[in-house]
Formats: sequence, C-alpha cells, structure tokens
Amino acid sequence: MNMSDFSLIIPEIFMLVMACIVLMIDAFLREDQRDVSYLLSLAALIGTAILTWMNPSDGRVVGFNGTFVTDTMADVLKFTIYLLTAAIFVYSRQYLRARALFKGEFYVLGLFAVLGMMILVSAHSMLTVYLGLELMSLSLYAMVAFNRNSALSSEAAMKYFVLGGFASGVLLYGMSIVYGVSGTLDLERLAGYLSIQQSFNAPLLLGMVFIVVALAFKLGAVPFHMWVPDIYHGSPSAVTALIGTSAKLAVFGFFMRLLIEGMGAMQYSWQDILIILSVLSLAIGNIVAISQLNIKRMLAYSAISHAGFILLGLAAASPEGYSAAMFYTVTYAITGVAAFGIIILLSRKGFEADSIDDYKGLNVRNSWYAFMMLLVMFSMAGVPPMVGFYAKLLVLKAVIDQGMYWLAIVAVLLSVIGAFYYLRVIKVMYFDEAEDRSEIVANSGMHVVLSSNALLVLLLGLFPGTLISLCLAAIS
Amino acid sequence: MPDNLPLLSLIVWLPIIGGLITLAAGDHDSTGARRIAFSFSMANFFLMIPLYVGFDTSTADMQFVERTPWIDAFNIDYYFGVDGISMPLIALTAFISPLVIIAGWKTVQVQASRYMAAFLIMEGLMIGVFAALDSILFYVFWEAMLIPMFLIIGVWGGPNRIYATIKFFLYTFLGSVLMLIALIYMRYQSEAGSFAIPDFHALKLNMTEQILIFFAFLLAFAVKVPMWPVHTWLPDAHVEAPTGGSVILAAIMLKIGGYGFLRFSLPIAPDASMQFDWLIITMSLIAVIYIGLVAIVQEDMKKLIAYSSIAHMGFATLGFFLPFGIHAAAVDDLSGAALAVEGGMIQMISHGFISAALFLCIGVMYDRLHSRQIKDYGGIVVSMPVFAGFMVLFAMANSGLPGTSGFVGEFMVILASMQSDFWIAFLAATTLILGAAYSLWLVKRVIFGEIRNEQVAEMKDLDVHEFVVLGSLGVTVLLFGVWPDPLVEIMHPSVDNLLRHIIVSKL
Repeated sequence: MNMSDFSLIIPEIFMLVMACIVLMIDAFLREDQRDVSYLLSLAALIGTAILTWMNPSDGRVVGFNGTFVTDTMADVLKFTIYLLTAAIFVYSRQYLRARALFKGEFYVLGLFAVLGMMILVSAHSMLTVYLGLELMSLSLYAMVAFNRNSALSSEAAMKYFVLGGFASGVLLYGMSIVYGVSGTLDLERLAGYLSIQQSFNAPLLLGMVFIVVALAFKLGAVPFHMWVPDIYHGSPSAVTALIGTSAKLAVFGFFMRLLIEGMGAMQYSWQDILIILSVLSLAIGNIVAISQLNIKRMLAYSAISHAGFILLGLAAASPEGYSAAMFYTVTYAITGVAAFGIIILLSRKGFEADSIDDYKGLNVRNSWYAFMMLLVMFSMAGVPPMVGFYAKLLVLKAVIDQGMYWLAIVAVLLSVIGAFYYLRVIKVMYFDEAEDRSEIVANSGMHVVLSSNALLVLLLGLFPGTLISLCLAAIS
Repeated sequence: MPDNLPLLSLIVWLPIIGGLITLAAGDHDSTGARRIAFSFSMANFFLMIPLYVGFDTSTADMQFVERTPWIDAFNIDYYFGVDGISMPLIALTAFISPLVIIAGWKTVQVQASRYMAAFLIMEGLMIGVFAALDSILFYVFWEAMLIPMFLIIGVWGGPNRIYATIKFFLYTFLGSVLMLIALIYMRYQSEAGSFAIPDFHALKLNMTEQILIFFAFLLAFAVKVPMWPVHTWLPDAHVEAPTGGSVILAAIMLKIGGYGFLRFSLPIAPDASMQFDWLIITMSLIAVIYIGLVAIVQEDMKKLIAYSSIAHMGFATLGFFLPFGIHAAAVDDLSGAALAVEGGMIQMISHGFISAALFLCIGVMYDRLHSRQIKDYGGIVVSMPVFAGFMVLFAMANSGLPGTSGFVGEFMVILASMQSDFWIAFLAATTLILGAAYSLWLVKRVIFGEIRNEQVAEMKDLDVHEFVVLGSLGVTVLLFGVWPDPLVEIMHPSVDNLLRHIIVSKL
C-alpha cells in the first residue's frame, strides 16, 4: 500500500466525512432546522458525484493490496447511485415531514448505506465485498424500521434483518469454503487460481453454490424472493425506493465482482443455475404481480421479474451479456426511482397511496404526473420508445448471440404477461373515475426532479446510444 | 425545395411535434388547440407534394434516403427511405389524418386537445413505420404506435372500452415480440452486422431458418392485418373506439400488417413463403368467405364494417401470396404475379378510403342518435338526403362496384388468381356476392325503408365539416375507381423488383 492508493478512494473518504459531519451537526439542530441536515446530505451526494465525475478511472486500478478497485463500471454504477439517492432524498422530504420521520438519522443512515454500496461495487477482495455489503444492509435494516410506530414497518424490518442476516451467513460460509480451497481472498488471484483448475472440485462447487444463493437472495431472485414483497410493502416508501433501486445497482456490482470477475472460470457451473433462477423469477414475478392490489407489492413482484431479466443477461456469460445486464440495471433503477417518486408524491399525512385504486383518475387530478407514471409503466413493460425496451433488447440480443433461443422466447412471452399489470395501472389512471379528489401538492424541488427523472426514461429511450456504449466500455 | 432537406424526417416528426404543441396548448382554448392540430396535419399533407413530385417512378431503389448512426454500438441506424410500396401508404396516412381531425372537430368535447394530439402523434408514428428501413427503428415505431391507440380507445371509447383496449394492446404486443427475436437473430446472420432491412433481404438463410422467421413474422402481421383466426380483437376494438380511432385503425393500422408481408416476410423468407403460400391463401379465403358471412348477420353497424374490413384485407393478403402459384404456371411472365401484388396493394389503399368513409358515416349517424344498432335506423334518406347519397356511394364501393376504387383491387386479384388456380378465383369471387349482400342490405335497412321513429325523422343533414370529410373521400374513391394508373405507376417498379427477388430461391 502506498499513499497514492488514497487517491482511489477520495469519493469514499468524502462520503464518510460528510456522513459524520451530518451526524454531528444534526445533534445540535433544533427541530425546525432539520433542513440543514437534509441539504448537507444532498451536498454530500452531489459533491461525491462531482468528485467521481472529475476523476474518471483511467482503466482498471487496484489498490490497498488488492482489496479495492476502480474502473469504469464502478464509476458508472456509483454515479447513478449518488444521483438516484439524491433524487430519493428530494422526494422523501415532504413524505417524512408528514410522518414526523424527518430526522437527521434518516439521512445519516442513507449516506452510510450509499457508502456501503460504493465499497461493494469497488470491492476487489471477498473481505471488502462483505464489508460493503454489511455496511449497506445494516443501514437499510435500520431505515426499514424507521417508522417504529408502525407494526407493518417493524415486522418488515425484523424479516429483512433475520433473512438478510441468514443470507450473509450463507455468503460467509460459501466464501470461507472458497478461501479454504483456493487460499486467497483476492478476487483476481481467485480468478487466476480457478482458471487453472482442471478437474471437478466438489468443495469449490459447494462454495460457489452458497455464494450464488446469497447473491440471488440480495437480488431478490426466485426462489430466494420471499422477503421482497413484504419489505417493499412494509417499509416507508422512501426506504422502499432506496432498497428497490440504489441497492439494486450495488447488488449488480456485487454480482459482477464476486461471480463474474472472481469466479468467471466456473462459468459452466453457475451458468445453468442463473438460467434456472432467471426463468423462475420471470415466471413467478410476472404471474404473481397480476393478482396484486397494492402497488408497492406489485412493484416488488415486478422487481423480481426484472431481476430475472438481469440474471438472463448475466447468464449469457459474455461481455455483451454483462453490459446488457448493467444497462438493464441502471435503466431499471432510474425508472424505479421515478415510480416510487410518484407513490411518495401521492401519499400524504396519514395516507399511503399504495393501493392501485388510489391511482384512479389520476389523469383528471393531475395530468402531468399521470403522464410521468405512464412513461414509467410503459418503460417497465418494455414498450418503445421508452428506455425499458432497449434494456430488454440488449439482454435478448446477448442471449440470442449465445444461441439460447428458447430462453429468449420464454423471456419475451413472460414479459407479455407482465405488460398486463403495468397496463392496469395506466388503465386506472386514465380510464377510471377519480374517487379521491384531493389536490396533489409537490414542492418545486420535487416537481423538477421527478419530472426530469421520468422524462429521462423517455429521453434515454430516444437516444440510448451513449449509455449503451458506456456500459459496453465498462465491461470490456 | 433544397435537395438535402430531410423530407421524410420532416413528415415523420412534424405531426409528433405538432401533437406535443397541441398538448401544451391544453383545453383552456380548445378551438385554438383544434386549429393547431389541423394546421399541423394539413402542413404534413402538403409536404406530400414535394415527396410525390420528387419521387422517381422509374426505379425500384429506395428514395429520399436518410441514414445516420443512431445506436453506434450495435449498428442500429436512423435509416429512412421510401419506395413504391411504402409511398402510397404514407400518402394514405397523410390524407386520412386531417380528415380524422376535422371529423372530431365538434363531436369530441372531452379533453379535445389531447384527442387531437393523440391522432397527430399516431400519424407521425405510422408514417415512421412505413418509412423506416432499419428494422429496430421499424419495431420502435410499430410498438410505440400502440400507446396512443391504447389511450384513444380507453379514454374516448364506448362502455366496454377497457376490455377492448387491453385486448387490443396485449394481442398486438404478443404478436410482435417473436418478430423482435427474429430480427435479432437475422442481425447475427448478416455479414454487415446491421439491422438494415435491405441487408436482411440479401441474407442467405436455410429452409429451417426461413420457416421459423416466416412464422415469427406471420404471427406479428397476421394479428395486425388481422387474418382469421387471430382477428377477434378487431371487432371489439372497432366497436368501442371513438369514430376517429376506428377510422385510423381500419384505414391505416391494418395496412401496416399487409405492408409487413411485402417488406419482411416475402423478401426475407421467399422459400418459406412459397412453401406456405397455401396456408396464407387458405386463411385469406376463409377471411373472405367466412368473415363475409359473419358480417351479414351483424346487428351493430360498426361490427359489420369491422368484419367487412377483415374480409377485404383477406383480399390483400391473398394477392400478396398468389405470385408463387402464378409463377409456377407461367414461368417467364411476371406480369400476372405483378397484377396480384399490385391488386393487393390497391385493395389496401382503396379499403383505406372506403372503410374510413364508412366508419365516418356511422359516426355521423351515431352523433345524432347515439346508437349503432341497425334496427334503430331506417328511412334516413328522407331526413338526410345528402348523407344518404354518400352512404350509398361508399356502400357500393365497399361491395366492389365498377367505377369505384373498391372494384379495381378486387378485380385485379381475381383476375390474377385465375392464372394460378380456378378454384381460388372462384372462391375469391364470392366476395362480389357477399360484399354486395352485407353492404347493400345494410344500406337497405338503414337508409331506405320506412322511417323507423321520430328521432330519425328529426335528424339533421350533414354540416360543413362532415360534408368536407365525406366529400373528399367520395371524390378519391371515384377518382381511383376510374383512374388507378397513378397508383400503379408508383408501385410497379418496386413490385416488379420484389417479384424478381422472391422468385429466386435463397437456398
């Protein structure tokens, strides 16, 4: 390790310092000065974004004795995480105020979760992977329980904590077996070790399966998806947004670092597992979502089906497949944040707009936000010109390139089933009479951010070239 | 007009931009919004003049080509161009769209600016489908088109609109996803590694590949046309859609399916098309005869016209798949095959005018009596003589009366089918009886006969808007009925080129 290594982690250091500053300052603020913590947290995210933007990785640089890596993939994922988390912070301000949850701790925990995500996507050793994952997860457990007066929220937090802890245990177990066999924690050396393994190695295989299970759990893939609907439903919507989007990006980094970069040589062993996970997720996610009446649960099952598509890209096991999965994750996260933004917007004091019926006649109540939601829903359904179409196109292309035609056909047919429940949301917004006619209030910050967020879904669909090239460059 | 003006882009994007402006104008001043929408659609119509004048009818090459990279990483281009096959369909779209806007001028009062905007955006997207020469660009327009139509039926439609619009969307969506897979597959087979449609035409594909691709396309296009037995969404969608929606659906959206056969199925998979031409011919004949019989017994006027659309589109698909049989009978002569394909094309264009006119006629009656049931009408000729004249004209055209455009296409296809097989011609010719039966019986019950009730007696005749719309359609129907040469002249080189391409086996 030398001093120049520290230049790799400037954004991480900045984020850590800012999180501590917010924590300190918040302790001295009066209740009516809470906005200071909010603004400081935003400044932390935007500052980190600027730092990452100003110092793009020049190729792949490994530091700290092979525990930390920066490359284009990490930059893109991190940058998206900052911006989306900042957007979630903006959306949640009003929401938290109305629920007496507008506290500095929310933002501090959020920043620490982001720090965990940053470490996770830049991890280059199993130790750093675990460090990042736990920092992220622990912060999120606490955030899920943030509304301690709500039984639903506490139950969700308990479930998330127990199941998440269980998954961490499984991960650790798998990693320890792999370490025991290979004798290294460093992912690059692990890859080197695996690439010269010729014969069948049962312990290694066992370790790999444990690791895949943990990854699938964190991504919410069937059959490790049981926690997803309950946590989405029970958490305060602002936290659901964080779990459903920023954390997804980090989990994608988790997959890439540990499975693809570390254990890429075992491709022929994990590829089939990913295919099965992917088809199950697509099927269960899309079919069960149809019967949901709660929009957060519906989005949870939709997230499961999107996880299936992401896994499909990874299962193609080609650079093109990985970059397709990355493009899918990034665009899904952007779309998801906008969807949760609308849910948060429609919620008010004592009322969570989480039933699909709450969206009845939204077009009449406020046609602009109905239009935003329309863009988001069509994007999730994969209808061009929204960006969700290109995400699916890229994944299908990668899968077909590998000659897995049946998989592509199954995936598109299941996504047609999926289109139905997105259409239903549009149906209630546009074709049904409004029952609840209360006015929709958005502060100007939220209006601007939410609108640009949803329009980005359309804009990226009209001009997807740059982001696609970026994702291709990130993986090569 | 400068040579380097991107005319096609202008024709595609002008209505879309106009639609956004109309949306922005909002409903505070709905007359203003209507005027904006109308100006944009007319401006687009006038843009057809330089397109028509600049179009070279002596070549089958793509013209007005625009090509710039769009998604670099995968060689997906922003690639537009027209030939003799797409040109008439673009013109049809640009002609029908202003009429739809005029027709909705007074009748649509709820969210009028959005109604107009939806149709303008539809117009741009539909022209985009016809003009796109990159298959991904084509697919984007093809799917994006569903969004405004979904909203048009769902927001402004009838009582059962939600069922109809979701059925419409899912049916079409399901039909087209396999096409996407076929497109991606072909991209990997193409040496250029591009998604350009002309590159796909040149692809060497073996028989298995061709058959799979052929059926992937068939599902997409058969749903869109729609062909029997995947036609069931159409009557539902037509009955529930507002008048304008029905017009666009019948006049243009159905043609996109037919266009797909000519642009994709035939040239990309000629051997599979030849092997399975009997399938398409059978499906087309079932559409002509069985659906024709179904049309006779309808009690709802819109449903009747919807079924008649399916039957008429059966003629178009019949014409497109006759060339193989004709070529087998007369090897050296392509004129019979050209007659069949051109007959199918003319049938599509003419059906665009006639079905649009008939749906508009039903709209006129519905606005006055709020019923589409045939039994509620009778004796309209007494209260609305001018309207009755138009209605009779269009019904005659629908049944293929010589002198109207409806005759030309049907006659060409029947004539061509005679060269292939007598029985095909025999069965196809039953349309002249069936078409006459449902069209004229409809006219007899609705227009003539006793005045059914007082409301009918009080119905007012056409106002200026309605007269302009029906009048311009009537003129066109008669014009192309007696003088279809300009159409044939535009499409002939491209059709000929297509036929020369498909008779050469790719194997």
